[in-house]
Amino acid sequence: MKSFSYERARTPAEAAAIVARTPGARFIAGGTNLLDLMKLQIETPPHLVDVNGLQLDRIETTPEGGLRIGALVRNTDLAADKRVRKDYAVLSRALLAGASGQLRNKATTAGNLLQRTRCPYFYDTNQACNKRKPGSGCAAIGGVSRSLGVIGTSDACIATHPSDMAVAMRLLDAGVETVKADGATRTIPIADFHTLPGDTPHVENVLAPGELITAVTLPRPIGGRHFYHKVRDRASYAFALVSVAAVVQKDGSGRVALGGMAHKPWRIEAAEEQLPKGARRTNEVLLAGAQPTHDNAFKLTLAERTLDSVLAEARA
Amino acid sequence: MDRSGEFDISRRGVLISGAASVAVTVTPHVAAEPAPPPKEAAPPMHKVAFKVNGKPRELELDTRTTLLDALREHLHLTGTKKGCDHGQCGACTVIVDGRRINSCLTLAVMHEGDEITTIEGLGTPEKMHPMQVAFVKHDGYQCGYCTPGQICSAVAVLDEIRRGIPSHVSADINARPQMTTIEMRERMSGNICRCGAYSNIVEAMQEVAEAKA
Repeated sequence: MKSFSYERARTPAEAAAIVARTPGARFIAGGTNLLDLMKLQIETPPHLVDVNGLQLDRIETTPEGGLRIGALVRNTDLAADKRVRKDYAVLSRALLAGASGQLRNKATTAGNLLQRTRCPYFYDTNQACNKRKPGSGCAAIGGVSRSLGVIGTSDACIATHPSDMAVAMRLLDAGVETVKADGATRTIPIADFHTLPGDTPHVENVLAPGELITAVTLPRPIGGRHFYHKVRDRASYAFALVSVAAVVQKDGSGRVALGGMAHKPWRIEAAEEQLPKGARRTNEVLLAGAQPTHDNAFKLTLAERTLDSVLAEARA
Repeated sequence: MDRSGEFDISRRGVLISGAASVAVTVTPHVAAEPAPPPKEAAPPMHKVAFKVNGKPRELELDTRTTLLDALREHLHLTGTKKGCDHGQCGACTVIVDGRRINSCLTLAVMHEGDEITTIEGLGTPEKMHPMQVAFVKHDGYQCGYCTPGQICSAVAVLDEIRRGIPSHVSADINARPQMTTIEMRERMSGNICRCGAYSNIVEAMQEVAEAKA
């Protein structure tokens, strides 16, 4: 690990200002992803700003009847919150399908959204990776790509976003509240938060330098039956090959989003009109234009079958 | 340390002479008066105070020091083990403010004021924790390397089920989770045992859970 200086921020705006004016500085909250990457020298921040003391760890009901989830709420606490379990079960399910108990106890809501890919070529510093070293190429294209992206990919990057939680947040139309270095605040719709790789795969979201996530908001509950089906190589503690988050209403209408498929949680609202007609019709729209590799073409079939299992369970 | 025979050349000296001429870099410096030993840039240090197994501890650490290394290398509590050092194996599991975490994936300086419990704080050879007794009885290990992490995790898992925290295998997410084998197995998936003592570990946990019920 490269050496770094460390300080504890006193307010969110102060944290944002420090990171904005210190080249290469990073926020640290749970640290479960950042420290892993720092040990491998994939991340080498010269300065860390600890945001754990900022009291952003509460879950409050909003005047609109939704929830405001503090950026520092731990994954365990969010999954176990009674309101989340009752009204946003897909979010609890997604969180509990991810990582291990130890990691969920540390990992935060904002940190989960900002997780970096687990693409093996991103992790191997001897390999070309446009995400780790812009302009160096992508060794994953033409390499071992079984776990990698099938849609929204580019000639520069086929990495996936690894989060389960983010898929549920996308399904629930969450908002990402932030504060910038100048103290200005904004709410970014989750649909606009994560970006596709394009020519700049090292850019993964629309946050400005130093911009700090302070909370994630959920609109009022939408009812329906909630599902998070995750398919992976082990029954527990593994990243998704494919995951399906869905809310299905009694009349068969609903919402669906996929994990493990793209550089961001994958949801196409127009595809949801097809949900009453079944998984095949839905995925024809949802995954139109997919460009899988030889190794990961199975994900298209797997996504359809997983959605089919969700819809069958919803009808039962 | 005997430094004789080493070139006492500073990085700055090399850069300066390198700028003048590559060919004459070495000779003049070797011939010159011995320069003071090279000073490596000192890594940033930071103070932290926390309690480990009930005892207040104060350390001044290189900021890079993980909680795991602080426990093992600075406080010499070597019960907590370093396996993968990347949060994948669970050998480093300790309990911080009542919650199990991977001590390898957290910086020691981030734990100001925290209460940390390691395997040494759960029990001693003379007065073992019930989970330690059960691991011995059920042979919950072979080589024993993952055992301190397994035991810290197991103690915390039973507490999590009791506190009603749901898991991936909980059929009804709104109901209280049950003290079942399947719940315990799912919740222990962050602790790897390469000897494969899993079935005995679950039996040990089951015994402790039933004793407390």
